[in-house]
Amino acid sequence: MKKTYKIEVDCANCANKMEEAANKTAGVKSATVNFMTLKMIVEFEEGQEPKAVMQEVLKNCKKVEDDCEIYF
Amino acid sequence: MNKKQKKVLVRIIIAAILMIVLSILPLKGYPRFGLFMIPYLVIGYDILKKAGKGILNRQVFDENFLMAVATIGAIVLGEYTEGVAVMLFYQIGELFQSYAVGKSRRNISDLMDIRPDYANIEVEGRIEQVDPDEVEVGTVIVVQTGEKIPIDGIILEGSSTLNTSALTGESLPREVKPEDEVISGCINMTGVLKIKTTKEFGESTVSKILELVENSSSRKSKSENFISKFARYYTPIVCYSALALAVFPPIINMLLLGNSPAWGEWIYRALTFLVISCPCALVISIPLTFFAGIGGASKEGVLVKGSNYLETLARTGCVVFDKTGTLTQGVFKVSGIHHSILEDESVLEYAALAECYSSHPISKSLQKAYGKPIDTSRVTDVQEIGGNGVTALVDGKKIAAGNGKLMKRLGINYQECKHVGTVVHVAVNGVYAGHILISDQLKSHTKEAIHTLKSAGIKKVVMLTGDAKNVAEQVAKDIGISMVYSELLPADKVTKVEELLEQKGKKEKLAFVGDGINDAPVLSRADIGIAMGALGSDAAIEAADVVLMDDDPLKVAKAIRISRKCIKIVYENIYFAIGIKVLCLILGALGIANMWLAIFADVGVMVLAVLNAIRALFAK
Repeated sequence: MKKTYKIEVDCANCANKMEEAANKTAGVKSATVNFMTLKMIVEFEEGQEPKAVMQEVLKNCKKVEDDCEIYF
Repeated sequence: MNKKQKKVLVRIIIAAILMIVLSILPLKGYPRFGLFMIPYLVIGYDILKKAGKGILNRQVFDENFLMAVATIGAIVLGEYTEGVAVMLFYQIGELFQSYAVGKSRRNISDLMDIRPDYANIEVEGRIEQVDPDEVEVGTVIVVQTGEKIPIDGIILEGSSTLNTSALTGESLPREVKPEDEVISGCINMTGVLKIKTTKEFGESTVSKILELVENSSSRKSKSENFISKFARYYTPIVCYSALALAVFPPIINMLLLGNSPAWGEWIYRALTFLVISCPCALVISIPLTFFAGIGGASKEGVLVKGSNYLETLARTGCVVFDKTGTLTQGVFKVSGIHHSILEDESVLEYAALAECYSSHPISKSLQKAYGKPIDTSRVTDVQEIGGNGVTALVDGKKIAAGNGKLMKRLGINYQECKHVGTVVHVAVNGVYAGHILISDQLKSHTKEAIHTLKSAGIKKVVMLTGDAKNVAEQVAKDIGISMVYSELLPADKVTKVEELLEQKGKKEKLAFVGDGINDAPVLSRADIGIAMGALGSDAAIEAADVVLMDDDPLKVAKAIRISRKCIKIVYENIYFAIGIKVLCLILGALGIANMWLAIFADVGVMVLAVLNAIRALFAK
């Protein structure tokens, strides 16, 4: 399953770091962050609950870039 | 500017004034330190906070950390002005970047300002505005003058002129009347329209296009991936080099050469290293260039599905065209009347009248060329002879209209046509009256398009068609294509494209241009599939990598030109930014570059790279 989320982040490098962090989160098959449109597209692994996974994604993103937000 | 940006601006101004005033005042010792801390903390508190959090989260080596270390180091060395200045200019750079990115975000969403906010539906004689998402298929919507058509549909009432420029980049208005299909995103210019919707909003053209454009820069190009990888290794490398620069030369000085260690000098050099090292210029300008390039292209009616396709498109060395519908209009039209013994118009009139009951495309094109309403009462005794043509009485004259076989059958001498196309011979009262040539017409820009491609350095232009050999070769000769493969079935086209893919050079890419009808497999097989005139054709939008909103073949060259400009800017930025940084790093290590040059290498390069990136938006 693929879902798109709106995000808030200030710099392009931070967006790259968020992408990396999201990709390392369990339950995420692949994630892309588009800094220009401020969107995160997440493909979940089968049988994963997006809400729960996204909570982890946000937690991991906050670790690499404190000043970020994901709306889900 | 938004609130956050305004706040930063105020901080910048306060810190700048304080810094200038303090650097003029003759202060010494602790008062000087204490006073300089005011502008330093005003401008840098958030950076210091972020750097601290980064260390706690084990995310050292980000730019906040770099800036914190560099400025604290400078202050410890007693270089208060420089410490504040580095922070100040770093914030100016960040502010500029966020402003520029926000501006181009808005610019591009303005370009693609085709999203309708509401749909009008009639409820009990009153017009009500509703969310387009809530309109069901088959609902009648009302579109007033000046409004956007929100959902695809068919016109029930009213006729008007539509402005399609937001969709196609083409300013020529389109006339519509009842029973015409209309697509969402067009602006209704002259009359009120009642439209019966045929799709849901989510499936309508306008939603499809927006989805495509908004998701486009998520498909990342090689250059973008290169930059994110580069940034990942580059920052730690520079940090360790800075550390080495601060530690080793003084030790060597002290132990091996017996000189004084000059710690201050080398730490200062290491700090300039840190300031120079920030990878922002690269990390922001490359995706920004692609984003601007894709935005600029959509303004011209060229939708590119991803940065990676923009990159491939720029390396196109071979363009393969489908013929019918792509180079030609795919519509039959009267292109000449030859050997007529009567006026050309009367030959056409007789043929059109004789064929007035037929719905064959040929008869249709005759009627269209005749152009006047057909008075069927003038026509009697119509006989259709399958595979030959028709005979009929028109105004009491015996008219025969059809191919050579019909003429032979009636025993009439006729002239073969030297041109390529379908020929309708006409005889009046058993006497040959001439023939009408009907052929598929070239699009008005086809010849120019091929020429432009060739002068843009595309080495190989190929035409594929299912059409007969003589027709194909004639068309190719007319427009200046030397490689033609004709009489191909759709599956043969895939095989041919595969052959061509093998023949081409390794670095060159092959683009296939088709109208999206029957050529989806070829579109996906080519390195780049370009679908033209694809408005409303979901299959083509799905299969292609680049979608031309109208069916003008000139747009192919334009798409290649835009992509080349964009890639050129990307490379300029990569070379320029890395070049200046490396140069300043060397100068910094040698002690020639001071903190001020370092600030330029960081902030100045970033500003220039961002300005350069924005140029991609204005590709013509």
